[in-house]
Amino acid sequence: MPFTSLSRRGFLTGTVAAASASAVPQLGFAGSHSPLTIGFIYVGPKDDFGYNQAHAEGAAAVKAMEGVTVIEEENVAETIDVQKSMESMINFDDAKLLFPTSFGYFDPHVLETAPKHPEVRFQHAAGLWSEGMPTNVGSYFGYIGMGQYLNGITAGHATTTKRIGFVAAKPIPQVLLNINSFLLGARQVDPEITCQVIFTGEWSLAVKEAEATNALADAGCDVITCHVDGPKVVMETAAGRDCFVCGYHANQSPLAPEKYLTGAEWNWAGVYTNMVQTVLDGGTIDNFVRGGLADGFIKMSPLGPAVSDAARAQFEATKAQIMAGEFSAIKGPLKDNTGNAIAAEGEGFAEDDIALESMDYLVEGVIGSTS
Amino acid sequence: METDLGYWIIPLAIIGGAIRVSTPFLFVSLGEALTERSGRINLGLEGTLVFGAMSGYALAHLTGSPWLGVLAAALSGTLFGLVHGVICSLPKVNDIAVGIAMMILGMGLAFYFGKPFVQPVAPDLPAISFGWWSEIPQVRAALEVNVLFLIGAALAVLLWWMLRATRVGLTLRVVGDSTDAARAMGLQPAVIRTCATAVGGAFAGVGGAYLSLYYPGSWNEGISSGQGLMAVALVIFARWNPLACLGAALLFGGAGALGPVLQSVGVSEGYYLFFAAPYVLTLGVLIATSSPTQAMTGAPGELSITK
Repeated sequence: MPFTSLSRRGFLTGTVAAASASAVPQLGFAGSHSPLTIGFIYVGPKDDFGYNQAHAEGAAAVKAMEGVTVIEEENVAETIDVQKSMESMINFDDAKLLFPTSFGYFDPHVLETAPKHPEVRFQHAAGLWSEGMPTNVGSYFGYIGMGQYLNGITAGHATTTKRIGFVAAKPIPQVLLNINSFLLGARQVDPEITCQVIFTGEWSLAVKEAEATNALADAGCDVITCHVDGPKVVMETAAGRDCFVCGYHANQSPLAPEKYLTGAEWNWAGVYTNMVQTVLDGGTIDNFVRGGLADGFIKMSPLGPAVSDAARAQFEATKAQIMAGEFSAIKGPLKDNTGNAIAAEGEGFAEDDIALESMDYLVEGVIGSTS
Repeated sequence: METDLGYWIIPLAIIGGAIRVSTPFLFVSLGEALTERSGRINLGLEGTLVFGAMSGYALAHLTGSPWLGVLAAALSGTLFGLVHGVICSLPKVNDIAVGIAMMILGMGLAFYFGKPFVQPVAPDLPAISFGWWSEIPQVRAALEVNVLFLIGAALAVLLWWMLRATRVGLTLRVVGDSTDAARAMGLQPAVIRTCATAVGGAFAGVGGAYLSLYYPGSWNEGISSGQGLMAVALVIFARWNPLACLGAALLFGGAGALGPVLQSVGVSEGYYLFFAAPYVLTLGVLIATSSPTQAMTGAPGELSITK
């Protein structure tokens, strides 16, 4: 099967190359002055008020650079489809740098495609590159859990029911870290607070997200945040139920100006332009790139009108600590919500601790289950 | 603020979910029931639903009136229905194949024209509060009933009566049950079927407008996630009876609320299984009402799947 699909693709590539060379010879040269073609692949629509939009804004910043051509494809499923998209960007558009931006693209799709194209650089968001994987693959991500921790602090001050809610897509490490961070941030304010989580099972399911938000409001949660691809539905539904909201991925304050406390946002523009500049200068991007608030990978939305002075002070103080480094959101003594010990007194995981990227538990105080 | 209701929240959420989620299922299945009663299957209603959601949201945003949005959705649905109906009136055209093509066309057009409307906010359709008698905020929230749901429920009764007791209903049934008999009566089956498909499309468009203008109340490309297709299946489940369509839609909406609410009361193990509740329920009812000796009751005779 791989053989037949390869040979057919090879045939098609040859035919298209020949056709374009004969039809438009002035465009057919791949000389040293040809711009660097960069492909961005998104799992959903690139204007979803969320995850994909954050990446697309980064791509837009790259587009404005000299000497690059940016091609984009949206709504590419985390299946064999993404391999086809990558192959077509490489074979037909001559892309030399790819940004497949969804978690599920990494294993096996990026890992399988990369060895076939050693001259192409694959920069994957959220994946966990490790020694032994193809060297033309890199993974990058931001420590957005810290953003959810700061969200949690504003939530802890805003809640009166001491119950906060989280609409989550799938129980993967990054989502679990966000849920745990959100609660632990709130518990900095009041250790009695609990966080109710509802998993919807998919990255983008508008009706189920609305139902989950309503269920959280019914259960008495009065501050709600989420980790789904497009937080628009959660934000609007929660604000409609008179709950406060904390944003995620991008700034959603226009959706609920009065109820929006703050939000954890990606800041891909700077990250992407840096990476592309490295390639343009002839350098190589590190295989494993991570960064947090201090590195400009993530940022916080401006605090909303409902944030009290006390909340603002604690938010700013904690943010300063995070910016200074050495801050651990996940620290002992800490148990998970089934009673297993996570960290002993004095033990902590800094934001760049690699152990956090294989998180498989919900901490004590989170009501929910990972399966 | 909110009262702690314990496990009482589960039935409440099911009722609330049934009211909130069922409307698109109801409108699409009513439209499809009408179309199928005339002897045609329109699988394209998923595309019509998505296009209705987009056009409704877009017009509501541009004009500031959600009702103009509903009108736009109904008109675009009529247009999609007409195209399906006219193409299927040509000789040797398979309605299922055309339906699939129309579904993909509708979604593609909706995504294309809908791009500029993902970000803006459109006004919502009004809801009527039937929970004024209760002090409990959860009950009040569950009993916020949208006007379109009430219209849909009234339409279900109206269609049921129409099919049963009026000349229009009789004409539709004759055309659906036997083309030859209809021709012998001097009716024009192709014209009647096209009209039925157009009206069915209009219903599906309105169902889409409910999605984008009330619940969940915004336009994005994943707004329907297959509800239009599911509603087409509900018609078979409801045995082509509009009143049963109402019941099936409510059942489906309520069962869909089960997954989230169980997690909210702490039953969090195996939520993927609870999310499958509506489908398990459908299978269960279909098996329970099936008969080894009798053909499907209520199935129009001219339907390509029963012929």
